[in-house]
Amino acid sequence: MELRFTAEQEAFRKEAREWLEANVPKEPLPSMDTKEGFAAHREWEKTLEKGRWGMVCWPEELGGRGADLFDWLIFEEEAYRVGAPLRVNQNGIYLLGPTLMEYGTEEQKKRFLPPMASSDEVWAQAWSEPNAGSDMAAIRTTAFLDASGENYIVNGQKTWASRGCWADWGFGLFRTEEGSERHKGLSMMVFPNDLEGITISPIEQLDRETGFAEMFFDNVKVPVKYLLGEEGKGWNVAMATAGFERGLMLRSPARYQATARKLVDLYKEHEDTAPVSAREAVAKCWMKAEQYALNTYRTVSFLKAGGKIGSEASLNKIFWSELDIEMHELALSILDAVGEILPYAPAAKGLVGHWLDGYMFALAGPIYAGTNEIQRNVIAERLLGLPRK
Amino acid sequence: MDFSFSEDQKMFQETLRDFLTAEHTSATIRELWDSETRRSSELWQQLCEIGIMGLLVPEEYDGMGMDEVDLVLCLEEMGTHAFAEPVIPTLVGTRLLADLADKSLAQEWLPKVAGGEAILAVQYPESPFVQDAHVANLLILQKDGELHALTPDQVKLTRQDSNDPSNCLFSVDWTPSADTLIAQGEEAAKLSAEAFDRGALAAAAQLLGCGQRMIHMACEYASERKQFGVFIGTFQAIKHMCSNAQVQVEYVRPAVYRAAFSLANNSVNRSVNVSMAKLAAGEAAHTASRVSMQVHGGQGYTWEQDLHLWMRRAWSLDLAWGSKQMHSQRIASIVIDQGVPTAPLGESWLA
Ligand SMILES: Cc1cc2nc3c(=O)[nH]c(=O)nc-3n(C[C@H](O)[C@H](O)[C@H](O)COP(=O)(O)OP(=O)(O)OC[C@H]3O[C@@H](n4cnc5c(N)ncnc54)[C@H](O)[C@@H]3O)c2cc1C
Repeated sequence: MELRFTAEQEAFRKEAREWLEANVPKEPLPSMDTKEGFAAHREWEKTLEKGRWGMVCWPEELGGRGADLFDWLIFEEEAYRVGAPLRVNQNGIYLLGPTLMEYGTEEQKKRFLPPMASSDEVWAQAWSEPNAGSDMAAIRTTAFLDASGENYIVNGQKTWASRGCWADWGFGLFRTEEGSERHKGLSMMVFPNDLEGITISPIEQLDRETGFAEMFFDNVKVPVKYLLGEEGKGWNVAMATAGFERGLMLRSPARYQATARKLVDLYKEHEDTAPVSAREAVAKCWMKAEQYALNTYRTVSFLKAGGKIGSEASLNKIFWSELDIEMHELALSILDAVGEILPYAPAAKGLVGHWLDGYMFALAGPIYAGTNEIQRNVIAERLLGLPRK
Repeated sequence: MDFSFSEDQKMFQETLRDFLTAEHTSATIRELWDSETRRSSELWQQLCEIGIMGLLVPEEYDGMGMDEVDLVLCLEEMGTHAFAEPVIPTLVGTRLLADLADKSLAQEWLPKVAGGEAILAVQYPESPFVQDAHVANLLILQKDGELHALTPDQVKLTRQDSNDPSNCLFSVDWTPSADTLIAQGEEAAKLSAEAFDRGALAAAAQLLGCGQRMIHMACEYASERKQFGVFIGTFQAIKHMCSNAQVQVEYVRPAVYRAAFSLANNSVNRSVNVSMAKLAAGEAAHTASRVSMQVHGGQGYTWEQDLHLWMRRAWSLDLAWGSKQMHSQRIASIVIDQGVPTAPLGESWLA
């Protein structure tokens, strides 16, 4: 066990810090779940790409720096330290990227990863359907091979695709075997969102932004080269993607450590008026953010030693999503009556609106990436060995 | 950067696990509860043969000169088995004696500790009691910022029975003198603070093992007990209770391991890191005990069912070496009032 950073890691941190301090926009960008915000975030990705910071832990030939996951964590820490914009291509770089590394052909990797790292191609994920949410094995959107054997013909509907209105590409799970049921006969595929027959319509979210979208497929021709992994084995590929999402990459610990630091500052600012119980509650949130970070470093050590992310990913998902809500609820309780003021209202000074926005989004945490109830089922049955029947 | 344990460290834990599984069952615990001292010199001897008590003893005193990272998995294992022999005070006392400027006590006592011939008791200001004072060969006591070392003939003990029969607590009457004084002023303050952190880490590691064990007991019971014609473990209410407890316990693990590293390397954040480990472990073990008892139903409320052996350990370990309240306040004062070099502002934040 060695929990001090190496000289190389420190040098890497320094380089990242200096670059970020010089390049991060002085004013926060508009939300990436809006049209202008999406465009502004894509611009930021271009800037990152110029500095070769797009995805530091990917091989150089695929658009990365050939650094490791520890370096990625360090980069994330530095990015959150200076309040760098969020990553508009997170579905690509954090979820599909690692999946492609594991299941993609060499050709697919070369084709998709570099423009993903640079966000020349931004990705949306299309798993959920109106009748297949938690029960993803109930997917009904079909993709049957045509007579020529060159294309899958896709028909059906996906929903809740984050940033689906503006993304260039999508990936998801489709039923490729006629008459198949549940986990069998599903395949993972990628597709350009502008293929003929795809209609994408925005859904207004709780916060009024159109951050997610419905996708309709009407006889859409998807070339077979866009199949990812084996035909009919899509469920396994999808579970690997979900593992990266829940277990490591979607929510880097630096995000919660940054929130915890802001929470400490907020409390200090309002120490005279904050509820008496807030003091230790703030300290506890700070502690939990720290626990989350420690566990992530532990996971990365495990991966570097040859381990693979398994059902423990479900523990992670519950921990960060509940912590996020806890921190934002506490912040709003410290803000008291001002807490309900929208960001643009004159009384919303400092980070007031930021906490409210953050709270609204935190509420989605226990729902997306697999609801926390589903994660609890997974933990009970796969980690603790409780009987299914 | 590496958060993993070495093969040797894991093997040490396995050796201890095999020993405890064979020699320290719930029946052993219940027998000890009925004995005069509630302590077993045979178990202590065997523990020393495995090498646990010599682990922190420096090599010049016949020990292994290892550190808390080498030890932490073993402490966790003791929690798993509700093993309550006076390991914690002896380990804490070992390092305290080794770190004294005057080496004469270390020369006299540490070879005996390593050889299993001496048990140490250590008082700390956060508790009015001294644990295992009745079996200690040397007591390290504190008064007015001074540290004193006394032999059993120099103290008068009054037993204070705990709700956990495995936890042997005593009030100690004693008189400090120039002969008993071993450290004062800055040296005493520093040694006392380190001793407290070391004890808290050890208790946190035991709480971790103890909490995990109670969840496993709940899951075993839920996989055997049937109601409504099915195993109660198939009910989602039962599953989700167990899963929630598991989430909490799982996130204690890295906090405890990190605190061990901080102690072993005397990092600047040692105290706050230890407090986080102890608070998180105390809370998780508390949740695990509540959940496990609920899953056991009426059985859980009986003396016969073994669960309470672990519940009582969790309760007493939670109060030992600073309670949840104490550590929570200490974290708040460091994080809010003093400001820690938090992530990622300083290179040492993780250690
Ligand atoms: C902000 C946000 C972004 C999203 N982005 C995407 C995206 O980019 N791509 C995508 O494909 N999807 C996305 N989703 C969709 C998300 O994955 C689904 O909402 C989620 O899987 C739950 O499905 P559902 O909404 O159909 O709820 P349901 O499955 O209907 O669940 C409703 C409730 O019932 C509970 N429940 C269901 N089954 C069980 C069970 N077996 N045991 C116990 N409780 C159960 C659930 O936990 C939940 O509380 C997003 C959702 C949100 C909120």
